[in-house]
Amino acid sequence: MAIGLHDSDLKNPVLRWVDQRLPIFSMMQKEYGTFPTPKNFNYFWNFGALAMVTLAVMILTGVFLAMNYTAHTSMAFDSVERIMRDVNYGWLLRYIHMNGASMFFIVVYIHIFRGMYYGSYKAPRELLWMSGVVIFLLMMATAFMGYVLPWGQMSFWGATVITNLFSAFPLIGDSIVTWLWGGFSVDNPTLNRFFSLHYLLPFVIAGVVFLHIAALHITGSNNPLGIEPKGPQDTIPFHPYYTVKDSFGMVVYLIVFAILVFFIPNYLGHPDNYIPANPLVTPPHIVPEWYFLPFYAILRAVPDKLGGVLMMFGSIALLFVLPWLDGSPVRSMRFRPWARPFFLLWVVAVVVLGYVGGKPAEEPFVTISRFAAAYYFAYFLVILPLLARLERPLPLPESISRPVLHGGGPLPAGAAAKPMEKA
Amino acid sequence: MADTLASPPPEQPETRRDFLVLVTVSFAAIGVGAVVWPFISSMNPSRDVLALASTDAELGAIAEGQAVTVMWRGKPVFIRHRTAAEIQEARAVPMGDLKDPATDQSRVQRDAWLIVVGICTHLGCVPLGQKPTDNRGTYGGWFCPCHGSQYDTSGRIRQGPAPSNLLVPTYTFLSDDKIRIG
Repeated sequence: MAIGLHDSDLKNPVLRWVDQRLPIFSMMQKEYGTFPTPKNFNYFWNFGALAMVTLAVMILTGVFLAMNYTAHTSMAFDSVERIMRDVNYGWLLRYIHMNGASMFFIVVYIHIFRGMYYGSYKAPRELLWMSGVVIFLLMMATAFMGYVLPWGQMSFWGATVITNLFSAFPLIGDSIVTWLWGGFSVDNPTLNRFFSLHYLLPFVIAGVVFLHIAALHITGSNNPLGIEPKGPQDTIPFHPYYTVKDSFGMVVYLIVFAILVFFIPNYLGHPDNYIPANPLVTPPHIVPEWYFLPFYAILRAVPDKLGGVLMMFGSIALLFVLPWLDGSPVRSMRFRPWARPFFLLWVVAVVVLGYVGGKPAEEPFVTISRFAAAYYFAYFLVILPLLARLERPLPLPESISRPVLHGGGPLPAGAAAKPMEKA
Repeated sequence: MADTLASPPPEQPETRRDFLVLVTVSFAAIGVGAVVWPFISSMNPSRDVLALASTDAELGAIAEGQAVTVMWRGKPVFIRHRTAAEIQEARAVPMGDLKDPATDQSRVQRDAWLIVVGICTHLGCVPLGQKPTDNRGTYGGWFCPCHGSQYDTSGRIRQGPAPSNLLVPTYTFLSDDKIRIG
């Protein structure tokens, strides 16, 4: 890059002065204004923006909740109840934050589904995908530690069970658990460090989101057809076309969010977490938050302690290598007659795992969870690699514009591009 | 008033789009305000804090010439049982000598009891003068060690950078030897 002032085309002298030295306005215009985006997005492409909005909502409400929260075992529960009852609008902040976590996972699960269905993880978007899996892992850690902070019964016993997972590792397991706890049980040191990390990690997530978007803006977005735009006739500028589409999706999303917050704020929570933590009594039926249930089911499906832990971590680790497990060059499931039903069956398996994960560990749920878990792994390790060799995909359209313009011949160069932009 | 408004250029009459933009922006501004308000409000003292905003103090044990400090809303309140000489001294001051003129009568409910918020009106330090051994300054009231403001036996500023007298809180005598501050 050339050294010297940026060649700004802004007219306003003050903005121009800034832009020449720090081209943030030019950058925003390039990345969110004229940014060429495939013109055939469906509403699944809203969920990245929705996730970003939710992250902002979570950080904002979280910062204000932290102003009234006390990270001490003797005061945490009461301070949360004080937020609910006494702090001005504290109930609203906490219900937004609490349900925001659920909304965040709903949005991110749909975002991941979108990526898997339309093959957004395939070359050249492998790192984009992997940075997304990193965000997902950070979200899980953040959500888990956040759930411990109210110091209710589910907080305490959830923290106990999840930290004890690490005791499964031979030789070093117990030392790791003691180190995580800062003592010999989940206690005040654990609560303090969880609060510290729960405050830190969202900002780490924001950093990785920045990398995620930076990578996205190098490769450009995938689209429902899974083929690259062939030229300017296949793209439209991000603004106003997708700013409007994202805004509309956001309004619909916020309506759903608001219904959850204002009418059924405790629907997705567990009533036992309104009982203060008691290290002497374990609740009869302990479950993690709903968004962890599929992984919890995999953990319980395996009769061996270490095996269960490894399978659970492995189920997420597989996502990292998904770009290399699925060798098919065709991205979108629309053109993969075999992979499509197998993938949708995988989605069913995840939902089934989520369902049985919330049930007691008894028959028939254990057997169901074993079949579903087996399919989960088989899809990644057997079905996808085999289909890459065996499947005969449907013919891909010539370009994004072609299927839209019914029967039309090749477009005269520039005809479709003219009203949009010159890319 | 109509003649002071700039008339729109005739070739660009207001359009339906202008109206929609105006309505949308107004609606968004109201919405943003409605969202921002709970956040700002949550930082204000909540009702459980406001409920603790009054303090009762017993005066019976305070001998003439003594002073005690009580906490009210997290701040020190000076309660001073003044001697006849101190009252006399406070009332003898001509109004012209005062930076923030106020009669002693206007600052007390009962002559013997001076009740003021113990925070220097300059930059918020707690002035000395509650203990008999403290430096009470030239005027026998309080002396602020931070920047040398001096208050008299009515808690009025007499010398130094402080702009106004020590604040008199709202209080009521519940009985002869008990007050409620706030």
